[in-house]
Amino acid sequence: MRDVAVVGFAQRQMEEFDGSPTCVELLVPLFEECYEQTGWTRTDVGFWCSGSSDYLAGRSFSFVQAVDAIGVIPPVNESHVEMDLAWAMYEAWLKIQTGEVDTAVVYAFGKSSAGVLRRTLALQLEPYTMTPLWPDTVSLAGLQARVGLDTGQWDERAMAEVVNRSLTDAEKNEYAVRKGGSSVEELLARPRYADPLRKHDCAPVTDGAAALVLAAGDRAREVCDRPAWITGLAHSVDAMSMGTRDLTRSPSAERAGTAAGTAGVEVAELHAPFSHQELILRRELALGDDVAVNPSGGALAGNPMFSAGGIRIGEAARRIWTGDATRTLGHATSGPALQQNLVCVMEGRS
Amino acid sequence: MAKQPAAVVGIGQTHHRAKREDVSMAGLCREAIDRALADAGMTLDDVDAIVVGKAPDLFEGVMMPELFLAESLGAAGKPLLRVHTAGSVGGSTAIVAASLVQAGVHKRVLTVAYEKQSESNAMWALSVPVPFNMPVHAGAGGYFAPHVRSYIRRSGAPTHIGAIVAAKDRTNALRNPYAHLHNEGTTVESVMASQMLWDPIRYDETCPSSDGACALVIVDEDTAKASPNPAWIHGTVMRSEATSAAERDQVNPQASRDAAAALWKQAGITSPIDEIDAAEIYVPFSWFEPMWLESLGFADANGGGWRLTESGGTAMDGRIPVNCSGGVLSSNPIGASGMLRFGEAALQVRGAAGEHQVDGARKALGHAYGGGSQFFAMWVVGAARPTN
Amino acid sequence: MARTLSAPVTVAFDYTRSTGPVVGRFLTGLRDGVVVAGRTSDGRVVVPPPEFDPITHTALTDFVEVAATGTVSSWTWVPEPVKGQPLDRPFAFVLVTLDGADTPFLHALDVASPAEVSTGMRVQVRWRGERTGAVTDIEAFEPLVGEGSASPAGGGLLEDHLVTGVVTPVELDYLYAASPEESAFYRGLAEGRILGQRCPACHKVYVPPRSACPVDGVATTEEVELSEVGTITTFCVVNVPFLGQRITPPYVSAYVLLDGADIAILHLILDIAADEVRMGMRVKAVWKPREEWGTTIENISHFSPTGEPDADYDTYRQHL
Repeated sequence: MRDVAVVGFAQRQMEEFDGSPTCVELLVPLFEECYEQTGWTRTDVGFWCSGSSDYLAGRSFSFVQAVDAIGVIPPVNESHVEMDLAWAMYEAWLKIQTGEVDTAVVYAFGKSSAGVLRRTLALQLEPYTMTPLWPDTVSLAGLQARVGLDTGQWDERAMAEVVNRSLTDAEKNEYAVRKGGSSVEELLARPRYADPLRKHDCAPVTDGAAALVLAAGDRAREVCDRPAWITGLAHSVDAMSMGTRDLTRSPSAERAGTAAGTAGVEVAELHAPFSHQELILRRELALGDDVAVNPSGGALAGNPMFSAGGIRIGEAARRIWTGDATRTLGHATSGPALQQNLVCVMEGRS
Repeated sequence: MAKQPAAVVGIGQTHHRAKREDVSMAGLCREAIDRALADAGMTLDDVDAIVVGKAPDLFEGVMMPELFLAESLGAAGKPLLRVHTAGSVGGSTAIVAASLVQAGVHKRVLTVAYEKQSESNAMWALSVPVPFNMPVHAGAGGYFAPHVRSYIRRSGAPTHIGAIVAAKDRTNALRNPYAHLHNEGTTVESVMASQMLWDPIRYDETCPSSDGACALVIVDEDTAKASPNPAWIHGTVMRSEATSAAERDQVNPQASRDAAAALWKQAGITSPIDEIDAAEIYVPFSWFEPMWLESLGFADANGGGWRLTESGGTAMDGRIPVNCSGGVLSSNPIGASGMLRFGEAALQVRGAAGEHQVDGARKALGHAYGGGSQFFAMWVVGAARPTN
Repeated sequence: MARTLSAPVTVAFDYTRSTGPVVGRFLTGLRDGVVVAGRTSDGRVVVPPPEFDPITHTALTDFVEVAATGTVSSWTWVPEPVKGQPLDRPFAFVLVTLDGADTPFLHALDVASPAEVSTGMRVQVRWRGERTGAVTDIEAFEPLVGEGSASPAGGGLLEDHLVTGVVTPVELDYLYAASPEESAFYRGLAEGRILGQRCPACHKVYVPPRSACPVDGVATTEEVELSEVGTITTFCVVNVPFLGQRITPPYVSAYVLLDGADIAILHLILDIAADEVRMGMRVKAVWKPREEWGTTIENISHFSPTGEPDADYDTYRQHL
């Protein structure tokens, strides 16, 4: 396997983006930031890959116009997945592994506010027996949270601790949409919204976009003093059914974590749009109490659809660039109740 | 670092129809998948990863359907990807699947591309009005027809060239048991007599709307060597450009020319018309055959394409048989169509194309395009393991 | 004034889904007032039956009827139901393990407050009066009052009228926003002006203006007012009617390269027979009456021939 590193990262998050759902105007400055970080121009980029969803935009082929932001004459080596940025990154990492290219920029965008996200995501379910009931993601997560509470695998206090720590840490994150820690008692005193979940247990609906830069070998060393070398990158999926799964577990996260190798990780950015899901992921990824989780504030501070997973990888990579950590992990999830998961483990070398 | 060798050892497809009312979406995919696995002598348990390809989710009204399909496709417990690059998706999906093997990440990859267009209506899904805009947009045919007109003007093509292609592809389809359209008696005359839909494109020069799926099993060198007749992958390329840009050539797009040049170089081909034995080219409207022949380098620009078509050069017994399967003109489950081209090319070099086999085909081209002629995915497969 | 223009768009379709044999069997059961489960190779009885066995991957063929009563294995409260959900008043989504099944089934529970639902409570199906073979044939679950008082289900399965399809309407409302550049364009049109923007790198004028020049990937900023006269580069005659179409065929859909622009716009040609339209024809915008104007390109009703001689092929061939 070739040595590939994450060497650039840019993001934008907001409650409501008032521009076009194709998000081209958000992407142009993101790419500029990536070029500033690397010293590259677009001709240095060997491969482009994006992640987005037509249903978020409400139109077919909604990813096509975003290609304008790249500047595609001369034509580019480019692809698209209808998945989170993390999986677009996977495809780009793969392309570099084939030897066809040495560098890649991956990007994702999503304007959840264009529609009603709670309804839109009901279309992500089994179409014959689930979608016609229009179950929303909060409800599906709530069902998962309840099972853990009922069986004593976690309690409301543990969930509130996740929220308090996340929102406190988010105060240091200029991109966070929701921030401001208080106390576990204060959080628990707030009413339940979608019993058993309180509003703060659920990620805010967020618009946004993000981009990551990958480079192989010397190309990485040329642009970054301390590249975040990818030592493990793996993903897996479970069946969707809410009935046949043990909802307190995420076997696909466990498989991805085992394949990527989580031992020695100091900082983990976990894509947990619901507070109890962080507790599940910690366990599935075998992360000890000494691992710092979501110093960015995580998805509870901002969850732009289709970039949120990739943003976890970017945030984890940043900790390596700054020298704060030597081994970090970025995780992304997709589908209801942690159905599909990707784990990226990175390390800095002196 | 060079790509590791990879080969196609299993190809499966559904019986494509306007409406496959006998199956669910999962059933449609499994029909193709089960045939591909049987062809490969493998089961779902032998598969390391699954790559799904599909065009816009609006067609079936399910967002990210690979998630609900995971268990049915045997993907639960495995890595699952879903590619979407508009109409070229079937091709780009096969390329992503191949790259998993070429990068040495997996040994045996299953890839499936499908569309179940009868769940909605393709024209509707392609023409949802955008506010503030002029609703002149009239589906894919309405989009491409002006550019076909440009080609005719540029190349001086006579008006019956499209009909030659349509008659050829529809007649070829009669030899493909899986094809959607099995229209007997399609001739140049009958095509010219059919209704003009988007002048200059006629009804019989237009692809159908189909339900269908295609699946491929792509494996590493060791697994391929143990297989009786692998189709070795000699080259894969993807290129993209903008839908519209000032002075962008819509007839012979730069991305198409660049992709073809890169592909021939990868595959070590210097004269495509001499070295390629069969081509499965994405032709949803008949005039795209001469247009792509020129863009791909089988014929000279600005007229070489239609002359080649007119001479019978692209017939099954011609110099460069194009779309012996009947092509997109005979079956068009949009998400699958690109993979069908790639898969039919592989069938040719494995000698497994049945009644539409080109005798002695050793190297074949699979080609797909999408969007406003802006996304291109192509591969070359061969009966012999590549030497480069 | 808002930075961008927005307008509502509804994306709606009644999807006609073929179910295949397994989902069809389940929905047939519901139509007939019976819950049909599948037995998977590990011996578990699963509702709804999965189409393919999770272990053997073969199509499921082992079906078993389960009761319409069961036990709640998880629940969550829905305080603000959205359109399409089973009830339009607050309710609970529940996972219910029906008696005879091994795994729970997702549906709604009709109770008035979270205090009335709990894990382990007994519930029963409330069947819809008229059932069609859909998961909504179960209107919702309701508390089971006294064992043995479960509402009667229908008779046995009508095997000779199996459900093979189901219609699932999908309707999503969006607020579509144009980009700032597009918004400026539409606002210009509201004033009777056609505005393009020039790319600072390649100097080409784009109309409508875009958030980035597709060649260079940089924002286009310089506003350029364009003529309402231009040349038809290429076109087609649309004869075919289709769902959602708003202009009655036959009509000419043409690319018009406005004088001063480097890219053509797509619009409608009228005031000439469709078969007389030519590449290179000079045309001029015909505006609707001013009082009908809005922020839309439809302020221009169509383009009409000016009567000038056709433009030379060489002046527009690079735009094809």
